[in-house]
Amino acid sequence: MAYWSPYDNNGGTCVAIAGSEYCVIAADTRLSTGYSILTREHTKMCQLSDKCVLASSGFQADIRALQKNLDARHQIYQHQHNKKMSCPAMAQLLSNTLYYKRFFPYYAFNVLGGLDNEGKGCVFTYDAVGSYERVGYSSQGTGQQLLMPVLDNQLQSASPLLLPSKESATPLSESEAVDLIMDIFASATERDIYTGDAVEIVVVNADGIRREVADLRKD
Amino acid sequence: MFRNQYDTDVTTWSPAGRLHQVEYAMEAVKQGSAAIGLRSKTHVILASVNKATSELSSYQRKLFKVDDHIGIAMAGLTADGRVLSRYMRSECINHKFIYESPLPVGRLVVQVADKAQVCTQRSWKRPYGVGLLVGGLDETGPHLYQNCPSGNYYEYQAFAIGSRSQAAKTYLERKFETFMTCSRDELIRHALFAVKESLQDEELSITNCSVAVLGIGEPFNILDLKSLQGFIDSLEEKKEAEVETVVADSEQAGADAEAPVAEDQGDGPAPMET
Amino acid sequence: MAMFMQQQTDDSSFKKNMLFRGQQDQSSALPSVGFVPAKSPTTHTQYPYVTGSSVLGIKYKDGVLIAADCGGSYGSTLRYKSVERLKAVGKSTVIGASGEISDFQQIMRYLDELTLKDKMWDDGNTLGPKEVHNYLCRVMYNHRNKFDPLWNTLILGGVKNGVKYLGMVSMIGVHFEENHVASGFGNHLARPIFRDEWKEDLSLEEGILLLEKCFRVLLYRDRSAVNKLQVANITAEGITISKPYALRTEWEYKAFQNPTQGVEGSW
Repeated sequence: MAYWSPYDNNGGTCVAIAGSEYCVIAADTRLSTGYSILTREHTKMCQLSDKCVLASSGFQADIRALQKNLDARHQIYQHQHNKKMSCPAMAQLLSNTLYYKRFFPYYAFNVLGGLDNEGKGCVFTYDAVGSYERVGYSSQGTGQQLLMPVLDNQLQSASPLLLPSKESATPLSESEAVDLIMDIFASATERDIYTGDAVEIVVVNADGIRREVADLRKD
Repeated sequence: MFRNQYDTDVTTWSPAGRLHQVEYAMEAVKQGSAAIGLRSKTHVILASVNKATSELSSYQRKLFKVDDHIGIAMAGLTADGRVLSRYMRSECINHKFIYESPLPVGRLVVQVADKAQVCTQRSWKRPYGVGLLVGGLDETGPHLYQNCPSGNYYEYQAFAIGSRSQAAKTYLERKFETFMTCSRDELIRHALFAVKESLQDEELSITNCSVAVLGIGEPFNILDLKSLQGFIDSLEEKKEAEVETVVADSEQAGADAEAPVAEDQGDGPAPMET
Repeated sequence: MAMFMQQQTDDSSFKKNMLFRGQQDQSSALPSVGFVPAKSPTTHTQYPYVTGSSVLGIKYKDGVLIAADCGGSYGSTLRYKSVERLKAVGKSTVIGASGEISDFQQIMRYLDELTLKDKMWDDGNTLGPKEVHNYLCRVMYNHRNKFDPLWNTLILGGVKNGVKYLGMVSMIGVHFEENHVASGFGNHLARPIFRDEWKEDLSLEEGILLLEKCFRVLLYRDRSAVNKLQVANITAEGITISKPYALRTEWEYKAFQNPTQGVEGSW
């Protein structure tokens, strides 16, 4: 008899890239369990505020619970402060929310992207129990290992090891970043069975939020 | 010295079948500056008269957002009102968490009323000293409710509570039949006219009133000062068009001002029925 | 002490003696902290006893169709043959359950209470399929959080305000919406057929034929499927759940009688 587990990995890949005045967040739309596909059009993204988008892969039920929790907390914040949460504030809240459940963690691997208080692109990347870091770009999920070296190679960002530290946002233009994301998702789909069907790309900039969807291989 | 034996705690009945403490709480609502609400087929408008307690202070906020689809206006002890608004907000958030759909207004109003009722039946509690006008939108359209400290609640087309609310009510009673088909902006102007009636000798201005709107396709929002000023300006033009002014109101406002302290032998309806 | 023990041979006095020893131990060496052995966690609810097999659901032109058979298996024994696994929830929603039958019946008690209270408000607001689905997701997820799962995969469909809704929840709370869904074996055998043949504007007849086609495949390939099924039809007009009926099957094919004949290396 198969042993019951409270967790499942529903797969998927998330990427976020920060530019000096934009942020691109992307995730594929496949939802899997084991070798089966549950659905081909399930969004892994969640718009938490007008300048802040969360992309998560891992266990879908935990991810949804986490998103709902953040939504509720954000609503309370808005009641109390009469404004939307900034992206760095949301990043801290997400970390605290994950850490609070570290003894029965949300099996969720998150990338949070958006604009910071100066209007610059920002990306925050997490582990399941709340460790997080602000970076220039990041990827999470089942295709992470395939994508990350390509991002390291292509984004021409300053190394985070440089001293004195330099801005880690990519010098790429917004459209170059979007094109790169389409390409790396097409590549990840070739080798990762949990990534595919379509990639959803959200661009946050001073004009607001724009969403586009591009098809990927469905096999 | 005469002393009322039946008003020292909430749970003691008077021989005439009244609960004096509850009625006193109802009086507290009438002491607060007025709050007004009205609705059309598509929108609900809430408005309040803002009164600063001193030249040096700001006024108490009386309009509160509960959720995108519910807002409240209060009269009476605003401190109590804030407690209720916090309760209402968390009920809305909880409902959205479970069902991913907005809490129907009427159900929230009943929950608040039940909460108020408990305070009228426990010796160690005190009734809320605040009246609420709850405006909201649900599957069945826009609604306007009134919540009382007594635990009673009523649904209205248009209503006003608080000091000199009678003047506003008179205005609303005269006009409410036209409200259902009003546009959003017309409805706001009606709200401002009603507010105007409740202002004593003051001129209507952005400093002494606030207006909130919610409706189909429009989440709850309190008008910013600029658009409020725009509506007040448009009022002046409208007034010149219809020179009809209310005469009877000044008398009624006077009658309302002397708060009728409940007498035990009173044979009219208990004031808790508004 | 030892002497005393040796003298005692009959059972009752031996017990008395043990008690005496216990008392002495408590009062001497250790401070009397009552040691309660940790209760081992409940695990018997983490596997099913009586299970129902696949449930299939599709959207079609005028609404949603959900189908399930009436079998209840106790392991590999077909223990129950008239289990109703399709149930109406309120006026616009139907749920179908595979997995533990008793857990499904418990879920129905939750839902019946929910819809009763909703009805009692009598205020023109009603819970639609979306609300019921979200409620169920919370129920399933909360149970998994307590390591006490409701051992089901639920399929839920409905129509409200002209909007069709079809979704699914698993025993650990994974949930989604789709145009066609299937639980259990259905996810392997029926969904590929749905992906080939499903379209937005299927008529009622075409929809039922598609479900029956998939069921026939399940009947041939899934040993716990039985040939006694019900189909629920949810439209804007309301809900109808059919009486159980059987599909015509053909078992006389040569290949069925001796499936491995001529296959090299088989017996």
